[in-house]
Parts: sequence; structure tokens; C-alpha cells
Amino acid sequence: MLILSSLLLFILLAAARDEFQEELVIRPLHSGDIYASFQFRTLWDTDFLQEGQKVSHYRLFPKSLGQVLSKFSVRELHISFTQGFWRTMQWGQPFIPSPPGAELWVWFHDTVSDVDGNWKELTNVLSGIFCASLNFIDLTNTVQPSASFKPLGLGNATDHRFLRYATLPREIVCTENLTPWKKLLPCGSKAGLAVLMKSEKLFHSSFHSQAVHIRPICQDEQCSSKAWELRQTLNVVFDLHTSGQGKKEWSLFKMFSRTLTEACPLASSSKVYVDITDNPELFELSPATPLLGQAVVLGDRRTYSVYDLIMPTSSMVLSPCALGDMLRPLLHAERYVAGFGLQTGEIHTVIYNNHPYRAFPVLLMDSVPWYLQLYIHTLTVTSKSRDNKPSYIHYQPAKDRHRPHLLEMLIQLPPHSMTEVTVQFERALLKWTEYTPDPNHGFYVGSSVVSALVPSMVAMRTNFTQDQPLFSSFVPVKEESSYFVRVYTEPLLVNLPTPDFSMPYNVICLTCTVVAVGYGSFYNLLTRTFQVDEPSPPLSKRLANLIRRMRGVPLLT
Amino acid sequence: RGLLTRLNTPICIVCYLAAIVWFMGLAFEPFTLRTDMSENAMGSTMVLLRGASAVPRQGVRSSQKTGAVSTWLVKAMQSRGLEVFTQSFSRKLPFPDENKERYMVRGTNVYGILRAPRAPRTEALVISAPCSPGDSNNQAVGLLLALAQYFRNQVYWAKDIIFLVNEHDLMGTQAWLEAYHHTNITGMEYSPLQGRGGSIQAALSLELSSDVITSLDLILDGLNGQLPNLDLANLFYAFCQKLGVLCTIQGKLQRNDWDTAEGYTHAAQTMMLMVLKQACGRSWGDHGLFLRYHIEAASVRGINSFRHYKTDAATIGRLLEGMVRKLNNLLERLHQSYFFYLLPSLSRFVSIGCYMPAFGLLVVILLLRALDLWVHLGAPALAAVEGVTEAQQPSGPAVLTVLTPVVISHLTGVALYLLPVHLQEMAVEHFPVSETEAVVLTAVAIYTTGLALPHNTQRLLSGEGTEQGWKVLKLTALLYLAVLLGCTALINFSLGFVLAVTLVPITASMTPHMPKALSALVMVLLSPAFTILYCVFIYQELIEAPVSVSEGWMLFLSVISQGILDHALYGSLVYPLLALFIYPCWLMFWNILFWS
Repeated sequence: MLILSSLLLFILLAAARDEFQEELVIRPLHSGDIYASFQFRTLWDTDFLQEGQKVSHYRLFPKSLGQVLSKFSVRELHISFTQGFWRTMQWGQPFIPSPPGAELWVWFHDTVSDVDGNWKELTNVLSGIFCASLNFIDLTNTVQPSASFKPLGLGNATDHRFLRYATLPREIVCTENLTPWKKLLPCGSKAGLAVLMKSEKLFHSSFHSQAVHIRPICQDEQCSSKAWELRQTLNVVFDLHTSGQGKKEWSLFKMFSRTLTEACPLASSSKVYVDITDNPELFELSPATPLLGQAVVLGDRRTYSVYDLIMPTSSMVLSPCALGDMLRPLLHAERYVAGFGLQTGEIHTVIYNNHPYRAFPVLLMDSVPWYLQLYIHTLTVTSKSRDNKPSYIHYQPAKDRHRPHLLEMLIQLPPHSMTEVTVQFERALLKWTEYTPDPNHGFYVGSSVVSALVPSMVAMRTNFTQDQPLFSSFVPVKEESSYFVRVYTEPLLVNLPTPDFSMPYNVICLTCTVVAVGYGSFYNLLTRTFQVDEPSPPLSKRLANLIRRMRGVPLLT
Repeated sequence: RGLLTRLNTPICIVCYLAAIVWFMGLAFEPFTLRTDMSENAMGSTMVLLRGASAVPRQGVRSSQKTGAVSTWLVKAMQSRGLEVFTQSFSRKLPFPDENKERYMVRGTNVYGILRAPRAPRTEALVISAPCSPGDSNNQAVGLLLALAQYFRNQVYWAKDIIFLVNEHDLMGTQAWLEAYHHTNITGMEYSPLQGRGGSIQAALSLELSSDVITSLDLILDGLNGQLPNLDLANLFYAFCQKLGVLCTIQGKLQRNDWDTAEGYTHAAQTMMLMVLKQACGRSWGDHGLFLRYHIEAASVRGINSFRHYKTDAATIGRLLEGMVRKLNNLLERLHQSYFFYLLPSLSRFVSIGCYMPAFGLLVVILLLRALDLWVHLGAPALAAVEGVTEAQQPSGPAVLTVLTPVVISHLTGVALYLLPVHLQEMAVEHFPVSETEAVVLTAVAIYTTGLALPHNTQRLLSGEGTEQGWKVLKLTALLYLAVLLGCTALINFSLGFVLAVTLVPITASMTPHMPKALSALVMVLLSPAFTILYCVFIYQELIEAPVSVSEGWMLFLSVISQGILDHALYGSLVYPLLALFIYPCWLMFWNILFWS
């Protein structure tokens, strides 16, 4: 008994440093939509990357992911599923950006010898965990960006041999991806903020993005011990116009058809933030909260009303919000295909720097499938109708059917300018088995990624503290004067020259039948040799022959 | 071979007659196919239509009085929850357009994008309404805004929907499309677009000319005779049937009495109208310019034909809602149905496999004549078995005798193509005409001057044309014409067929030994210019607005100026084709007539 209880105590002590926090930020957007961002953070106090350490005990951290991490020696894993496109011009910057479709990038530990093999297996396993078609990730859509994707957690691995990045722009996100995502939470969707996640409401929105980020972090400021951090984020934008019949007010119930009652019992903190920075006098929150918080997010100081679910409150939130014009975010990018016809085309990427007086550099990363054959000599970068020479270009040409193009450039954006990057391409004629189903729909080219340190309007906090809200602490801030932003452009849909599949299909079916039946029987008749079947000799004769053969005497016939 | 040369003329005549009969037979209903929806995504499920239509046309009208349509439109679209952008464009026409009274064109396109929820901005549909100063298309703009408002509150959109209100009809569309695809084919000046919606899958253009709509006309003929996928026509027809809206094509209602003479004539007229419209290669509505970019598009035009039957705006709104929803359901671009067809009525079509033999029979005549000539040319050479050097002796001058008329005719063609537009200032200085008249009359003058060509050629050659000379020239010209017409018909069947019908008889029968005056008259009467003139008269006859000879002449002149303008503004290829290839080819035959 004593032994048992002391064992129990030991386990509790050992696991005591595991931690779970949940958080919901609600932000009325400039356009009149409502942005709801959930973040769930699970800390796992273990370090299985050390040699010989086996982990078999899981408390808050989902076992399925923990096993994946240890099996494939993953140092950092970021996966996102997004349905819809984040409208930067109307909504501003998201807390954690993601491209339409699925995105997966993984840093492997530098002890891994066969990175490609691990990557292949990992995608297949993740495909099972998240019920997504991640198994379609193979070498033809995987790249190794040299500069755009740095590890966000501990460790300064810079050898991009251990990095793999892939997107699936055509991936459609639905309930079957949400359910396994919810199961990773300690409380599931039974308690806490996750009760709000009813799929019929979440997918009745303008934008839906769910993500899982796993990285090693410091447990404290001195970084004396490490821990694994699992962040599950879910971002939704609700369109008040379609659901609200013109009324500019919202409530949790209207958005999620659920209300909040209690926090997840396992959570150490459970908070709801409501952004009231834009015209706070117009807001009318019910119930009112005395708690006001401030945070610096994405170069902007925002004020929040804070509701703590650990202390019981009722849970209706109501507020009017104003309809606005277009925003001018500091960094904005868009992309389109120019030209017509099915032979050539041109990819235009337009990057806007709307800062009135500061120039800043951006890293542009483009991963283009091999069937668009880029003419890299036609690459031009112009800003303010002048040639803008990129200070760093990393280009890896495609190999047909093996590897996509990877183009990374460091471009200096002049203040208040529009920079246009153009490159021409030729559309390849695929083999007829290489066309996807619905070939006349076109082929997708994943979003290009613009990463930048954007000059901040207010001083950023560089020190790492625990009490910061989760949404403002994802990307580590290295300097006070700027903040990190990643912008994804829209994916492209490009039509390739497509044969008329219906006619050949009929012809093939018909000819195959004719060949199989007609030619087959004819060939059979022609090549078969007919022999008169002789009855086998009686047993006595065969025995006699056997003896004769042994003696070397001519056989009986 | 002997049979072919002996019976060449009768075979040719039979072919020609068979071609005409075949073509006219295409309009006979039992020979045509019934249209049906081939696209699976649009077929089986009929969408539920609810359509709200409070048409705010008052606003359009009042804002037009103050002359601030674009600002009003921007506000109106913004208040309906669209992302609104504007685009300004300007263009100086090569010469004033007298039909539409414009020369320096400056305009603004306003477009609003309804972003589909949870779609990654890869696909879009376009609904456009031309909005020109004046009262002409206010209903369409009003309906567009009503649709925008209604669509904004729906959740089922999978593709972004772009509502485009373009100024100066086709020129606005051209500027917008060129900016959208970042091309510049025609030298238009425009400001770049700020917002896009990915690759455009289909487009509908809406024109409502009056408050009272009795029927809807579907316009398919696009630039250079390009047609949208037949499924788009099927879609329109299906919804007209469902909603009980009278629908027409080429302004002609459908009749059910195909077995009577009137019924057949009606179908034949409808088809002839389509052939004539397609042959002229111009875009008959805003949709025509979309086709170049592989965007299936059609125009829907509301017609007030003073029948008792009236259709209200709400019904048209529902019709458009249904069409857009079906297009929204598309998984792929429209590609299942035909791209090459003729329509004797909205529910019947003639596919490329059916109408091509009519054209083929005409081209076979040219090839048969060429074969005949080849045999005749080869026969004496074969007779002189040992004379290889002798046979080569005359071939040197023969090449020259053939080459000279060919080059000179083509130079005349180049002059016809280049000079009218470039010489307009000089012409205006020296003659009391306007710029447009100057251009057209210069074209006519150069065309006529070309008739004096044989004499110039003779002077250059300084010698009698030999018997062999004209035969070689005719052989070349016949093959040239066959190739030209064949290529034309592959792209634009109607143009190829119309040209073949008039050019083939004279070119096939032309020799220098015919009575000069008479055959010259026939030849001129069947020249390309006269073909255009006949087409003008036949067209006017078919749309039941016959014209007198002098009106017809004026129309002819305006058709020429429109043709030149279409080429300069939108890149229509009919004018360069006629000037640079067909006319020189005809001149070669003219040369043969005056050979000796």
C-alpha cells in the first residue's frame, strides 16, 4: 500500500510539469466579419531525443503524436489544414498564417541518415492520424527551402538537408479532419473551449484553418530544462453578412451554437480575449468584464477584454461592430497567371510594401511543379518600374517527374511600393496516365510564401514570459523594432493541354474487346499445333522399356 | 485517272450542287441532332431557385444624370458587401467610328468580387453588363446589383463571382480582360487591376434594352467566329423551358412544324443568320472577347418585340441565378459538349461532322481542277521522253511568269491592308471627306486599282503569256485557294463556306480563252467585295429589315469600316485574311483571265 501510494505520488510529481492552456481570441474584423482563434497549448516535460531514452508514459500529450515524434526523430513539426483564403486586404494579418489546402513542414533531428525515407513514412502516418491525403506528398512536391523556413523552437539547426516542406493546395478540409484534431486535446471536445467546436458551424464560415505545431522549447527563462510544446490552433472567420441578416452583433451562441460554461479541468489557464481596440466606446460587451489586457501583436498594440473561465462567469458576448473599407496591411502579396493559350504563360507575383517610409527585405519562396517548365532567364523583379536586383537567389531547377522547381529570393522592398516578380513558363504535355481525375479542371500550383521582418509601429517585447497571451507568443521575437510576418499568396489553377479523354477511352475499350475476343481466338487457332493423342502404353510395356533402356537395347514401340 | 480528267467538269458541277444541297439540308430537322446537356455537373440536379429582385434601376438613372455612374456603382456594390475595384482605360481609335460616334475613348470599368466562402481564389465566374452613357442598359445594371445582393447572402458559392459593369461596351471588356490576363494585344492603355479571382471559368453578359422584356435572345457568335461550348446554350435553353421564358436565337423563335415548308424556311433562315454572323468574325456581344481566353461565354439580350407575353425582371433574375448556380457546380471547365456547331434552332444543332462535308465537296472541286491541270501539264512532258534538258529549259521563265503575278497580287493585298488607315490624313487633306469615309474609300479605290493589275504584269513580263504559263499559274492559285479556304474553314466554318460558295465556281472555270467582257463581269460580281455586299443584303433580308440599293451601299461601306476597326481594336482576323490572302488569290485568277 505504501509502495503503491508512493509510486502514485512519484508519477504525479514527475508529470506535474506537464501543462495545458487554452485560449480563445475573438476579434471583430475591419470588414465586419468575426475572427475567432483558438489556441491550445500542451507542454510535455520530456526530452526523448537524448540517446537511449524511451518514453512510454503520456499524461496530457497525445500518445499518437509522441510516438510519431520519437519514431521519426522529428525535431519540429508544423502541419496546417486550411479551407479558404485569408483575405489580408480585408482582415489584416492572421495570428498564425497558413496557405489554402494542407501544408506540412518538418525539421528532422540531425542524426537522421535517411531523411527522405523518414519523410515518406511520416507523411503516411500523419495521413492516417489526420484522415487527410497527406500520402500524396512525395518527392515531386517536396522541397527543401534554404532560408524561408527556420526552426521556431530551440536549437539553431540551419542545415536545410533536414528540412522538408510540402503543400497540397487541392486538399479539402472537412469534419473528418476536425474530429482527429479534436481528439488530440486532453479534454477532447467534452469540456473547455473545445465544446464550441461544432463542425456544422465551424464549416459554415468564410475561412477555416486548423493546425498542429510541435517544437521543443525552454521550460523557463534560464532554459535549464527543455520541454515539448504542442500548439493546436484553429482559426475561423464568420461572415456576419450571410448569417446575421444585416445585424451587426454577434454572440458565442450565434457563431458556435454553443456557449461556454466551464474550463477544461486539466487546463492551468483558460481564457477568452475579446479585441476591443478599434473604437472601444462602440463596444457593448455583455457580461462586462473588469479585466482588460494589453498585448503587442503583429506590430500593433491591442486592448482586450479578458474572461477567465477558471473563475465562473456567464458566457454571452454581444457587441456591435462597424463595417469598414479596404485595409492597407504593411505587407501584402498576390499572384496570378498571365497570358492566354495553352502553350506558355507567365506567373506574376505582386508584393506590396505599404509602409510609408521604411524599406524592408522579404524572402519570397516559390515552389512550382515540374509540369510548368519555368524559363528562369525571364525572371524579372521590378519595383517602382525599376529593376530590383535580389540580393540572394536560390534556384533549384525541376527534374521531370522527380522534383519541383524551388525559387527563393531575398528582395528589398522600397517603402510604399509595389514589387512585381514575373517568370515565364511553358506548359508540359503530360503522359496520358499522369493526368489527375477531372483534368480539365486544371492543375494547382501551391501558394508562394513571403516571409519578412516587418518594421513595427510599437516596440515589441523580446523577453520571454509565461503570462503573455498565447496568440502573441508563437513566433519568438528577436528584436524590438520589427516582427515576423509570413504571407501566403493564393494558389494558382493552371490549365495544361488536355487530350479529349472521352473519345480515346471509348476507342480503347472497344478495341481492347475486339482484340481480346477476335485476335485472341484467331491467334489461338493459328499457333496451336494439333496432335493425335496416343493412348499411353500398358504398364507391362513401360516396365519392359525401362529395363531395355537400362540395358541399352532399342526400345519397344 | 482518265475518268477523272474526262468527266472532270460534270463531277465538279455535281459536287458544287451537292454541296449546296447538303448545306441547305442541314437545316432540315430530321437531319439534325437534339441538344442535350453533356456536362454531368450541370445536368441531373435542377437547382432550387428563389431569386430576389428589387431592381434599383432608379439609382442608375439618377446617377447618370449627374454623370457619376462609376462612383455610384462603387458605393452600390460596396454596400452589397462586394470587394469593389475600378479600372480606367483609354484608347484612341485609328479613325472615328461613325456608327457609335467615338474616337477618343476614355472610360472606367467597375467590378465587384463576391468572394466565395472557403474557396481559395482559384476559380471565378463573371457576370457583366455593359453600361454606356444614356439609358440603354440600366435594367441590366440594376438586375446585376440585385443579383449581387441576393448572391451575397448565399453560402453555396464555390467560385468567386465577379460582377463587371463595363463602359463603352466591347472596349471596356477588352481593357478589362487584357488587364486581367496581363496581355496587351491591341495597344489599349489601361490601369492594372487590383483584385482578381483566379482563372475565370465562364462568363455571362447581360443586355436588357427596355423595361418590358418579352423574350430573351441568346448570342453565341464571338470574335473570329469562335463559339462557346454548346452546353452553355443548352443550359440557357433548359432554364428558359423551366421558367417558361420565351427564348430566341438570332432573334428567331423556335417552331415545331418542321415538316411544312414554312417551318423549314424558318430553320434555314435561322441557320443562315448564324452563318452570316459567324462569317463576319466580329463579336456580337461582350461575351465574344472572353472566348480568346478560353472562357466559355454567352450574351443574354432582353428583347421587347411587342408581343403580349411579358417577362418580369424577377424571372430573368431567377434564370440568371439558375445558370450561375449550375456553372458554380462545375468541377471542370465546360468541355464535354461541342465547340463547333450551327444552330437551326435552340433545341437542334448541327455538329462539325455534319456540316464539314458541304465544305469538303466545294474544296474537292478545286482539287479536282488542280489534278486535271496537273495531268494536262504533265502529258506533253511525258510525251517528250528523252528531253529532260528540254523540259527544264522552259521551266526557268515559267517560274518567273508565275512568280511575278503572285508577288504583285500580294503586294496589292499588303497595300490594301496597310494604306487605308495610314493614308487617311493625306486623303482628308486633299478630298472633302471625313476620316472614316477616307479610310473606306481608299480601301475601295485600292481594291479597284488592283483590277488594272494584269496590264502592269504584262508590261513587266514583256512578252506573250504562254499556254503553259497560265496553267502553271492556275494550278498554283487553285492549290493556294484550297489551302486557304481549308484553313479558314477549320477555324471559322461559316467564313470558309461563304467564300468557297462564291469563289469556287469562277476560279474553277476560269481560262483565258473565255469571252473577255462577259467573264470579267461575272468575275467581278463574284469577287470578295461583292460577296460582302451580297451578305449585307441577305442579312438585312433575313432580319426582316430589307434595304434599298443606296442604303445597302452605305451599309456596305460601314461594314468595311467596322471590319477594319474590329481588327484594330479587338484583333479580329477577317480583314487581314481578306486583304492579305483572299483578295490576292482572287487577283491571280483575274490575271489568268487577261493572260494573253
